Amino acid sequence: MTVLDHDLAAAWTPDAHGPRRDPAPLLPDREPVRVLGTPALRRTVDSPGGRELLRDLHRRLVVGRRFNQQATTLTKQGRLAVYPASTGQEACQIAVAGALRPGDWLFPSYRDTLAVVSRGVDPLETLTLLRGNAHCGYDPYQHQVAPLSTPLATQAPHAVGLAHAARMRGDSTVALALVGDGGTSEGDFHEALNFAGVLNAPVVFLVQNNGYAISVPLAKQSAAPTLAHKAVGYGIQGRLVDGNDAVAVHTVLSEAVQHARSGEGPVLVEAVTYRLEAHTNADDAGRYRSAEEVADWQARDPLTLMERHLREAGVIGDAEVAAATDEAEQLADRMRTLFHVKPDLDPMSLFEHVYAEPTPQLREQAAQLAAELAAEAATEDQR
Amino acid sequence: MTTATPSRTRAAGATTLASALNRALRDSLREDPSVHILGEDVGTLGGVFRITDGLAAEFGADRCLDTPLAEAGILGTAVGMAMYGLRPVVEMQFDAFAYPAFEQLVSHVARMRNRTAGRMPLPITVRIPYGGGIGGVEHHSDSSEAYYAHTPGLHVVTPATVADGYGLLRAAIASDDPVVFLEPKRLYWSKEDWSAEAPAPVEPIGRAVVRRRGTSATLITYGPSLPVCLEAAEAAKAEGWDLAVVDLRSLAPFDDETVAAAVRATGRAVVVHESSGFAGVGAEIAARVSERCFHHLAAPVLRVTGFDIPYPPPMLEQHHLPGVDRILDAVGRLQWEQ
Repeated sequence: MTVLDHDLAAAWTPDAHGPRRDPAPLLPDREPVRVLGTPALRRTVDSPGGRELLRDLHRRLVVGRRFNQQATTLTKQGRLAVYPASTGQEACQIAVAGALRPGDWLFPSYRDTLAVVSRGVDPLETLTLLRGNAHCGYDPYQHQVAPLSTPLATQAPHAVGLAHAARMRGDSTVALALVGDGGTSEGDFHEALNFAGVLNAPVVFLVQNNGYAISVPLAKQSAAPTLAHKAVGYGIQGRLVDGNDAVAVHTVLSEAVQHARSGEGPVLVEAVTYRLEAHTNADDAGRYRSAEEVADWQARDPLTLMERHLREAGVIGDAEVAAATDEAEQLADRMRTLFHVKPDLDPMSLFEHVYAEPTPQLREQAAQLAAELAAEAATEDQR
Repeated sequence: MTTATPSRTRAAGATTLASALNRALRDSLREDPSVHILGEDVGTLGGVFRITDGLAAEFGADRCLDTPLAEAGILGTAVGMAMYGLRPVVEMQFDAFAYPAFEQLVSHVARMRNRTAGRMPLPITVRIPYGGGIGGVEHHSDSSEAYYAHTPGLHVVTPATVADGYGLLRAAIASDDPVVFLEPKRLYWSKEDWSAEAPAPVEPIGRAVVRRRGTSATLITYGPSLPVCLEAAEAAKAEGWDLAVVDLRSLAPFDDETVAAAVRATGRAVVVHESSGFAGVGAEIAARVSERCFHHLAAPVLRVTGFDIPYPPPMLEQHHLPGVDRILDAVGRLQWEQ
């Protein structure tokens, strides 16, 4: 600290000998919160509705894993242009749907297609961005899901603004923004958390820390004690959770949403997880991480963890697993069928939604394209 | 084609551009509860140029919000507010301070309607004081219009008169599309006879206006360069030239019809703007005029612009800004028959 900084701070701080607010209550959990394999699981099992919740989370995990597998297969078949799989992160993805109420808003990033589907958006509409037929195939207002954001963390301030607007209107809406570990380095992440703190906006930021931003590991991304500690600098609550423990993520995220909804302020949740697949099908993860490391995390696969612990606790058995698998296969079947059909594309739609009304220049350009299409059609007719 | 000549008298009741903009914001806030202003110092202080003076006091801090000092955060927050049905009006404090918000503007504000097939329009107005000539130190005098005009999905407008300050800002806020509203800061204190009691009806965005009819050549300009062009047109009379002056008002969409008609009427054209010429708005205008008026032109379309240099220190800015002499020199090079 320079002398100038110190003097200026001393000149106006009400109490020059300490922080203006005690940071201790904002500090995140010392260890990532876990439920599976701890006594907390038994308490959840025995709580009212606990078994149903656990079975539902398990079912969503099974279906979510199948969604990732099928989307990856579709990419290999050329049905999708690219697919950033959330394989290994399904516990975070499916927890989103359970933690939010209808009317709450989700602000996903490009790897969060499973979270979007879990919220109720049709897979065909969700995947248009990655299929390449439309930027955003769903109506954001139907399920309160913002378009998948590709520029990292740029959707975080949108979540703050929406939450702030809802609060001004007296609505109980909460906005949830999904960010990755790499995204926390972006300026928009900082600005969003700062605005959220200042405005006391009912917003939750879920950072899925999967260890890598494409190839760059967390150690090269941030020197923070944990990413959840970043919350303290903005005067907001930090939480740290095991992102491969679906019950823990559901619990912590639900608490965070409730915290925001009740007016206590925004929350930053860091979920520690791992991207089991490469960044996308176009990536070669072998260039930056070892097979041993991946194997270690495969041993902590959120789906197998969940199934093992719930079987041990007597919450699920073969019947539940079979039912979940059946539902997952139905989704996969449906995806195969849906994506087998070539999308119906209208080139003239390129000009339709640039503005509320096309400008004179766009009308001219639309006429040009229409003429080109007509000429093409005429040529084909002659053949 | 409409003709309107701004009155520049200093009669009693004369109004400044700044107060007309303030009035436009006040009327918008009063008429539409979804209108919210946000920006740096816009609340208690009323903005560094006082354009939001008194609005927080009248409508409350929520409607005229002092934000943290972070332009991307301000515009990103406005995006979320617009998603929820509000109609945010953002103030960027100075032209060059708006650059941190560029990604939000280009990657989200301009594209959200298109991205969502029309389902999620963002009716956001981004007000930016721009241009030089006020003796500002570095980063306080940029003309950034070309960056915005190059971005599909944005409307880019700039008033040059008090009446347009009011009318165009009302139109921008009422627009369901995002509008970059560039305020020529050196005209903030210029006055006109303009009655705030009976403001002119709000015209749709996208129409240029002929400020001065002429027969010799046509000056095409906008924003802070309009008064300079009108002055040049007066001075040109001594040279025997009768110059027409077109005020674009809207850079995007561009009013090809009015501009082409005004050029065909004289057969000669000079484009005038403050910002650097290379890859600037003037280049686009010259190309469009050439494409549409080639057989009516007696000379190539010339440009009088700022030099292709970073904006100079204030004690040198008079050499950079297009002035009357430089405009008349250009008119003199329009291949007149001897």
